[in-house]
Amino acid sequence: MKLNKSLLALALTAVFMTGCSSTEEEGLGDAATQGTDASTSGYNDGSMSGSQFGSGSGFGSGSGSHLGPEFSDPNNPLSKQTIYFELDSSQVKQEFVPVVAAHASYLASHPQQHVILSGHADERGSSEYNIALGEQRAKSVERMMRSQGVGASQLEIVSYGEEKPAVSGSGESAWQQNRRVEVGYQ
Amino acid sequence: MTLLIRVFTFGLLAGFLSMAQAEGLTIEITKGSKSAMPIAIVPFGQQGSIGNVKLSDVIDSDLSGSGFFKTLAEEDMLTKPSEPERVNFKDWQALGQEYLVIGQIQGNGASFNIQFHLFNVANGQLLMGYRLTAGANELRRAAHHISDLIFEKLTGRKGAFNTRIAYVTSGSRGNGKQYMLQVADADGFNPRTIAESPEPIMAPAWSPDGSKIAYVSFHTKRSEIWVQTLATGQRESVSSYPGINGAPAFSPDGGRLAITLSKDGSPDVYVLNLANRGLTRLTSGMSIDTEPTWSPDGSTIVFTSDQGGKPQLYMIPSSGGRASRLTFQGEYNARARFSPDGRSLAMVTGSGGGYRIAVMDVASRTVNVLSDGNLDESPSFAPNGSMVLFAANKGGRSVLSAVSTDGAMQQKLAFDSGTVREPAWAP
Repeated sequence: MKLNKSLLALALTAVFMTGCSSTEEEGLGDAATQGTDASTSGYNDGSMSGSQFGSGSGFGSGSGSHLGPEFSDPNNPLSKQTIYFELDSSQVKQEFVPVVAAHASYLASHPQQHVILSGHADERGSSEYNIALGEQRAKSVERMMRSQGVGASQLEIVSYGEEKPAVSGSGESAWQQNRRVEVGYQ
Repeated sequence: MTLLIRVFTFGLLAGFLSMAQAEGLTIEITKGSKSAMPIAIVPFGQQGSIGNVKLSDVIDSDLSGSGFFKTLAEEDMLTKPSEPERVNFKDWQALGQEYLVIGQIQGNGASFNIQFHLFNVANGQLLMGYRLTAGANELRRAAHHISDLIFEKLTGRKGAFNTRIAYVTSGSRGNGKQYMLQVADADGFNPRTIAESPEPIMAPAWSPDGSKIAYVSFHTKRSEIWVQTLATGQRESVSSYPGINGAPAFSPDGGRLAITLSKDGSPDVYVLNLANRGLTRLTSGMSIDTEPTWSPDGSTIVFTSDQGGKPQLYMIPSSGGRASRLTFQGEYNARARFSPDGRSLAMVTGSGGGYRIAVMDVASRTVNVLSDGNLDESPSFAPNGSMVLFAANKGGRSVLSAVSTDGAMQQKLAFDSGTVREPAWAP
C-alpha cells in the first residue's frame, strides 16, 4: 500500500500524464471477502485518477497442453470445445449433445480435471440481458454434464454475454459463431 | 440597457487537463431540426495568446447539437463584430437571424478573460452579458458554460453542455484486447481512462453526486462490481458473489446499489446497502430479471424480465413487493433508464430484427421510438432530460449517438479506433 500511496500522490500532483506503472492488491473474488485497492496510473487531470487492472488472478484460459491426443483428433468429439446455440435460446442443440456427452464422459473419468464453461451471446439486445443469456447457456451445458456424473467441483461457470465475441462484425454468420459455450480445460 | 456583469472563476485544478482534443473524434449532426431557432455565434475577438481552442466553434457545436438552435456558418456572416457598439442589427436581420452572440477573449497563456453578449436581433435588445475568467486548459469548459447560459436564457431549460459522460472502449492490444473505462466531456473531448483491463469492463453507472462510478469488471476472470472514486482513483469491490454480478445502479440517495446477482439460481435484482453490504432480494423465480433503474424519488425500480417469455419492462417497489408489467408493445423492451424528472423511461425496443432507442411516457405508457439504427443500445438521459445518449452500431463499428427526446435532432460522436459502448451521462 505504501507504493500505492506514493503513486497516488504523484498522480495528484500531475507531473506526468502517462506511463505510470501500477501495482495492485487483488482480492480472490471470494464472496465473503471483498478486496480494496487504490492503485492509480494512466491519464490524469488532477481531478481524476485512473486504475489499471492486471490480467488478474483467477484461472488461466485455453486448453492445457496436458490434454491427451484425443483432444486434437478431428474425428473425436472431444476436439470440439465450442457448443453453439440458436437465437435467444439456451437449449443444447441435438447435434451438440454428443459433444457435451464426450466431455462429460472424459470429466467423469478424470475427477481431478477442472473446466470453465464460458457462456456467450451475440451482440443483439442489451448487454446485461446477454450476460444472463450467456449464463443460461453455460448452465444448460453444466446440467447435462452433471447428469452424466461430472462432479460439481469440476465445473465453473462464467458468462461474458456479448463482451467477448469469437468473430467480430455484424450479420448472421458472425452472430451464430458468437452464440456459444466454450469448454475451457484448466 | 444594463450590462449584467458577473465574474466566474473556474476552480483551479491541482493538475492540468490533458490537451483539449479527443484523438480522432468527430461530431456529426446526422439529423437536424426544422423548428430550431436561428442564432449567429460570431468568432470572438482575440487578444494575446489564446491557444487552439476556438470558443465560438465549441459554443456553435453545443447549441446546434442540442436540436434547439440552427447556427449560422461563419462564411455567411457579413461582419464579425466583437463589441456591442459595432453591431449592425440590420445585417443580422437580413440573414434571418433571431439571436446574436458576440464576445472577446484576452489571454496570456495561463489565464483568460472572456466576455460575451447575447442579443435579440429583431429589436437589438441585450439579453445577457457576462464576463468570465478561465485558467489554462479550461477554455473548453468555459465555452460549455457559455453555451449553458445561452441555452437556459433562450429555452428556459438548464443546459447540459458542461457535463461529463462515461463509456467503455475496447480494441486490440498485442494478441488480446484492452477494455478501457473512460470519462470525457459530454462532447467527447478530454477523454481520461479511469480503469483498464484485458478482460471486459461493463455497465458504468454514476453516483448521484458524480463523484463515483460503479462498474463491472472481469479482470479476475469472473464478474465483480467495483465502486471507484474519481478524484482519487481508489476503488473497492462491492459484489463478488458466485455467478453474475452485474447491472449496478446507484439509488438516488447514493447509499445503495440495485444490482443483478445469479447466486441463488437465475439472475435476480437485489438492492445492496453500500454501508453494511446487506442485500435485499427484490425478484425471484426462474426468469431472467436484470437491468434495474431507480425512479428519481427512490420509490420504484424498473427492470427487464423475461417472465412473460420475452424481455419486457416491469416495475417493483424498491422496498420489495409485487412486480407489474409496464410494456406490452413489441417483443423486446429492455434496459430502461428513468429520465431525471421521473416522467419517462428510455429503453431499447426491438422488433423485426432491429433494436432502437425509445422513450415511454410513464403515465400514459405511450412509446415514442427515437433512433433509426439496427443495433442501438444503452440509452442514458442528459441531466437536463433534453437528450438521450446511446451506443449505435453503424457499418460494423460502434459509435455514440445522442438524440433529442422529441426525436427531432440526432448527433453522432465517432471514435476513430476500436469500439465504444455503454455510455452513461453524468448527473
